[in-house]
Amino acid sequence: MNDSGTATSRVIGVRHHRREVCVTVAVWTAAMSVIGLLIWILTDIAVRGLAEIDFGFLISDMQNAGREGGIGPIILSTGLILLVCLVVSIPLSFGTAIALTERIGQETGFACNVRRSLDVLAGVPSIVFGLFGNAFFAITLGLGYSILSGGLTLACMVLPILIRTSEQALRAVPAEYQYAAAALGMKRTTILFRVVLPVAMPALAAGVVLSIGRALAETAALLFTSGYVARSPESLLDSGRSLSVHIYDLAMNVPGGGARAYATACVLVALLLMINLATAFLLRMTGVRHRSTTGGTC
Amino acid sequence: MRSDRSLTIVTRTLAAISAAIVLLIIGFLLREAAPALRQLGLSRFFTDESWHPLSSQFNLTPMIVATLVTSAGAILIAAPLGIASAVFVNFYAPHRLAVWHRRLIELLAGIPSVVFGLWGLMVLAPIVATFGGSGQNLFTATIVLGLMVLPTVALLSDAAIAALPRPWIQGAAALGMGRSAIIGWVVLPGARRGIGSGIMLALTRAFGETMAVLMLAGNIVEMPSSLLSPGRTLNANIALELGYATAGHRSVLFVSGLMLMLVVSCIVLLISHRRGHQA
Repeated sequence: MNDSGTATSRVIGVRHHRREVCVTVAVWTAAMSVIGLLIWILTDIAVRGLAEIDFGFLISDMQNAGREGGIGPIILSTGLILLVCLVVSIPLSFGTAIALTERIGQETGFACNVRRSLDVLAGVPSIVFGLFGNAFFAITLGLGYSILSGGLTLACMVLPILIRTSEQALRAVPAEYQYAAAALGMKRTTILFRVVLPVAMPALAAGVVLSIGRALAETAALLFTSGYVARSPESLLDSGRSLSVHIYDLAMNVPGGGARAYATACVLVALLLMINLATAFLLRMTGVRHRSTTGGTC
Repeated sequence: MRSDRSLTIVTRTLAAISAAIVLLIIGFLLREAAPALRQLGLSRFFTDESWHPLSSQFNLTPMIVATLVTSAGAILIAAPLGIASAVFVNFYAPHRLAVWHRRLIELLAGIPSVVFGLWGLMVLAPIVATFGGSGQNLFTATIVLGLMVLPTVALLSDAAIAALPRPWIQGAAALGMGRSAIIGWVVLPGARRGIGSGIMLALTRAFGETMAVLMLAGNIVEMPSSLLSPGRTLNANIALELGYATAGHRSVLFVSGLMLMLVVSCIVLLISHRRGHQA
């Protein structure tokens, strides 16, 4: 009796131990394979891309449908599209974030509805932004395939993330600062511009940088709004090709364009890495951590 | 006090504009889709012989099936790996490795879809091609799509697990439960809402993804017979044909955009509704 009891518990102990080992191995394997794949992608891009890149590639014009020459005009167009996007989205988002945080510690029905609609906007597929941008900016407003249409479409797209990060930045300002300022008899506008915004500035900047990353990565929304033209744009009403659209075009539509597609991808990924580092740096300055992509309580 | 009131008015107006963009998008999709919906009706998108828009045959079914298959497959890949990496970060990794793991997952989330597409096209497709075909098929697209939506599952599960009350885990450990038992019986059930939201959000990302699938799935409109057959998703179809589509054809593309938008919005509203109940 006693003997068999010890034997059973030993069997159970062995079984538990075996399960523990199995789960540990499975979890480590899964985690390491994810990281392995990421490193595989990044080294692939870096190794094949860096072989093609020199300074001339970054500034010279494109030749032979992109198989030769550089990406100068494309970098210019990308910059202009981003500029349009930020000029529109920053005031809108900061204004919205201020409206969403106007009461400390409580939620208005208005804020709740705005937030819900932004949640939906954050989920809209990028190709649907492309359809919308094409129908509204390019055709109804008559902007055509242009940098302006592309930038405005991207502005709609980055709005949810920019509002979310700005809101978190504003909320992270200690309420005591605002109480103290109010006790000094300062008006809400003055408190906002003299106390809240200066304190929140690095976190707000981090949100802007994060949105730039989102906008840089976007392709589908730009195909039918800013177009394919690879010449240097002369005005905001000219069509211009972004880096991501250029990668797509070289990889899919230009036979033998693979090498240059890799070079462009390398430039794009390098830009995004810099953006990633800049965001981390700005956030460390403030101590704000934002991880969740959606949130807010209604 | 007047400047205070004008501040409120200005910021609320801006907020209203931001909130109205969704309505504007739905409005424009409806407006552009209306001619097709009125002339063809919904049923013809499922009963027409094939997808030959130039001869007015608008069967969307093969593309809907391809979209569902790639998205569901992507979730099947992303969910276990994503949850495992969230568990890894919280319970298995040494502190320094956990910090790096999180950082790398966030980096993975930021890689553009064209870059995933390019990698899939140049590296993964030739490997898949050894099983037959050109390598540009639903299988390749599904793998890359899974990799792309994985960070969403991983980051949201991580947040849900990290938010669990510490005493639950300490209590379970005090009862003598092993690490895997704690995870299986306490952590995952406790965090299941957050993990569920992460998976649903990843599903909306998978439905919404265009470029990587466009570059990898082969883009032939036919009913997929196996995972190794090429296919074309709704998103890829829009990206391929909007450039030259006119009149009725264009309108049908907007109908497919509207379908995507409605499906994704319903999922998002469901998530935010659930979260509202929880709070």
